[in-house]
Amino acid sequence: MTATVTTGSRTTEVWRHFAGTRWRSRIDVRDFIQANYTPYTGDASFLAGPTDRTRAVWAKVSALFPEERRKGILDVDAATPSTITSHAPGWIDRDRELIVGLQTDAPLKRAIMPNGGLRMVENGLKAYGYTPDPFVTRVFGTYRKTHNDGVFDAYTPEMRAARKAGIITGLPDAYGRGRIIGDYRRVALYGTGRLIEAKHAERALLDARPSTEHVIRDREELAEQIRALGELTRMAASYGCDVSRPATTAHEAVQWLYLGYLAAVKEQNGAAMSLGRTSTFLDVYLQRDLLEGVVDESRAQELIDDFVIKLRIVRFLRTPEYDALFSGDPTWVTESIGGIGRDGRTLVTRTSFRFLQTLYNLGPAPEPNLTVLWSPRLPAGFKEFCAQVSIDTSAVQYESDDLTRPRTGDDTAIACCVSAMAVGRQMQFFGARVNLAKALLYAVNGGRDEISGEQVAPDTPPLTGEYLDYEELSAAYDRMLDWLAATYVNALNVIHCMHDKYAYERVEMALHDHPVHRFMACGIAGLSVAADSLSAVRHARVKVIRDDTGLAVDYDVEGDFPAYGNNDDRADGIAAALVESFMEKVRRHPTYRDAEHTQSVLTITSNVVYGKHTGNTPDGRRAGAPFAPGANPMNGRDRHGVAASALSVAKLPYEQARDGISLTTTITPEGLGHVPAERAGALVGILDGYMGAGGFHMNVNVLNRATLEDAMEHPEKYPELTIRVSGYAVNFVRLTREQQLDVISRTFHGAL
Amino acid sequence: MTTARATEKAVTGRIHSWDLSTGVDGPGTRFVLFVSGCPLRCLYCANPDTWHMRDGREVTVDEVMAEIGKYRAFLTAAGGGVTITGGEPLLQPAFTGEVLRRCKETGLHTALDTSGFLGTRATDELLTRTDLVLLDIKSFDVSAYRRLTGGELTPTLNFATRLDRLGARTWIRYVLVPGWTDDPDAIDGLARFVAGLESVERVDILPFHKLGAPKYEALGIPFPLRDAPTPGRELVERVRRQFRAHGVTAH
Repeated sequence: MTATVTTGSRTTEVWRHFAGTRWRSRIDVRDFIQANYTPYTGDASFLAGPTDRTRAVWAKVSALFPEERRKGILDVDAATPSTITSHAPGWIDRDRELIVGLQTDAPLKRAIMPNGGLRMVENGLKAYGYTPDPFVTRVFGTYRKTHNDGVFDAYTPEMRAARKAGIITGLPDAYGRGRIIGDYRRVALYGTGRLIEAKHAERALLDARPSTEHVIRDREELAEQIRALGELTRMAASYGCDVSRPATTAHEAVQWLYLGYLAAVKEQNGAAMSLGRTSTFLDVYLQRDLLEGVVDESRAQELIDDFVIKLRIVRFLRTPEYDALFSGDPTWVTESIGGIGRDGRTLVTRTSFRFLQTLYNLGPAPEPNLTVLWSPRLPAGFKEFCAQVSIDTSAVQYESDDLTRPRTGDDTAIACCVSAMAVGRQMQFFGARVNLAKALLYAVNGGRDEISGEQVAPDTPPLTGEYLDYEELSAAYDRMLDWLAATYVNALNVIHCMHDKYAYERVEMALHDHPVHRFMACGIAGLSVAADSLSAVRHARVKVIRDDTGLAVDYDVEGDFPAYGNNDDRADGIAAALVESFMEKVRRHPTYRDAEHTQSVLTITSNVVYGKHTGNTPDGRRAGAPFAPGANPMNGRDRHGVAASALSVAKLPYEQARDGISLTTTITPEGLGHVPAERAGALVGILDGYMGAGGFHMNVNVLNRATLEDAMEHPEKYPELTIRVSGYAVNFVRLTREQQLDVISRTFHGAL
Repeated sequence: MTTARATEKAVTGRIHSWDLSTGVDGPGTRFVLFVSGCPLRCLYCANPDTWHMRDGREVTVDEVMAEIGKYRAFLTAAGGGVTITGGEPLLQPAFTGEVLRRCKETGLHTALDTSGFLGTRATDELLTRTDLVLLDIKSFDVSAYRRLTGGELTPTLNFATRLDRLGARTWIRYVLVPGWTDDPDAIDGLARFVAGLESVERVDILPFHKLGAPKYEALGIPFPLRDAPTPGRELVERVRRQFRAHGVTAH
């Protein structure tokens, strides 16, 4: 098939110079990329700096940040529930912008999305001094049920109790679940006209099937997807873009792709609204334009810079409690870069470099969440550049391409922080996480909460010995985790059933194949606390201190015990076994829409909140003290440096935690070597060594303690200080003081 | 393994600890073995807890190798290896030599961090098992060396010359302490000496730091340089320039 576009008197063949056939006859972006991309194995010397235009646009929008920081939000349209077409077009600087489109009619002005939950919207508005709109309140309070309403209709009392106690927590039951990546590249490659045709064809296949509940739901969803693609077309038209047809230039390709993404963030306030894997796709267009002489390197970089400016200002209305849990105001616009193809060619292109270059051209920032799919086989020039960018900005995270490629293919993208999915073919039901450390305390206390004393889990005999006995505790813990897994999966089924019903991601799902593969992404928090506690009971002696009611409220550890994080199998083996065992328990419970069970070992900065809600633990951790983030060893217990700590984490089996295992490392510049010029090479070595050992994910923060302490005292001096925390980069100055202290107290892997 | 060797008494040593560090004790990420015991008492010592052999933990070479083995793949991928430091590794030459030999056997890059004061105890064979010598020359002024370390300078210089004769790849380490090791003439002398050694690839200027101070407190011994200033950036640069003026690579 060929397609042409006529502009004035000129007719352009939109797919000119493109090779390959399969992608022409069906929707298959991966096939297009493989047939057309140009691997780049050189270094970063070709890159261009920011143009005056880029500087001007970025300066204009940056000027709004101080007021936004001061007020919490810059502005909000409280009266218009957001849809793809609800808001008139808006601009930052109409004459200068290359890539256009805002969520509302003005930059940083937030929209309301009550389908997820009205209360979240109203609390968000009130928190920032806005009055909820009476019409919106009436519609969503009276006529239109929300996802949040639906969930609470179907929760059991046990689920509510577990949620309230904080043993199951962060559930997406009052807001958009997110973590679904539309294949926004399809908009550029095919245009919405063709995509709508393809959706009609998918839908037609269902016509012959009996109208069972499942088929009816699919038909309705496909109808919604088609409608959403129409809305996307109209929204784009309001910006003067005809996305019904394929993009004809690199400029259009970036613009079309962005408009697809924009439609998604106009419609969904998802916990993570990730972008996918776009750089090498866009490189095909940039490469063609470069060959045709339409753009030069400076212009190519400018297009990416302008695109990234837009991604940096995606905003949602959320409550301060939500922000406290997730640290700041995250959107997780994750872009996955690099990797190796199935045929062994690297997927690194010049545009992979251009995305990273935005961190220099625009300065460091947490969004978009730039994620490098790392393999020791990546070209040396790219590895070196990534490492240098990490050292200079701390704004890059790394995930193992060698672990994802065999499982989710070479067109995998990361949603949120560590969730790998085949773009456009797989999606996930985000499931937050359970608190494994608290569950251990429940095992000791027969299901009573160690803080409230309430019976949350089923009433079982508490452990009564003066000292904890390893065998007895393990058995009680195992039973407790059985209960927890059951309650958890069943709660998630309720949540996702209701989300599909009341807050379906129409346009994101329109950019997926039908049928789609679904994951039920469970998660665990407090792994290192639980593992160290079990290690303490096994290798030292742990005396139980009980209150008047017999509730175990504290533990006295006598002797030393091996701690997780020192590459010591005695403790690391306990952590790995916990991951395996909980995954196995999760798998026993049927999931909504037959989603495939997975789990993550990930907390964002919520490890602080989880810690706050968890009493004293048998590893000696005090009540309320933060957990280590993600799969990290407990703060300060990893005594042999970053490599030993990383190798402990690498022992956790990815096969039993397919939704990702997160490690955050903080290294001082000196910790990477005495000679600055040798540090990038040293970091490359650490990443190669860690991933080679089976490590999945690493955040790399390169900074020193003094910088952080100064930033706490003088936040105005560090508006751009970015640090990585469990799969996500945050602005340090936007963290709460408590989170800042937590970050500082984490082990600094500085060599003496 | 031959029967004869199997019946040999296992070589043991006394160690303080081990750690993994990057880019400070040789190239790449390295398994750094801190042995116990040191004949010198450098005033700026950051590791007073490694002075006495008796405070160390006795381990066999097998035990050390088992620990190193856990990192072999990582160290190789990371372009690193194993560094033996201390303390003074040449205070236990049999143990040090055996660890170096076993590391070489498994293909790991080896480095020996020494003051050279006990250089005569390093056999040629030990040095052939060492890919890189990190030679700490504390001062080039004989009396300053004595005051600073309690030992003599000559053995170190002799060791440096011997390394050069053997063609043993060497990095010189020079701890810069204002008022103690910043004398321009002494540094010029050292630079001239080092420039004459073909085996020396580079000199690392290590700015004095006081991060070891809490260890002195814990041990209940005074930290002689507690109140000494740490060098500023300008001083460090000046010293680097002095070395470079003699054609020596200095970082």
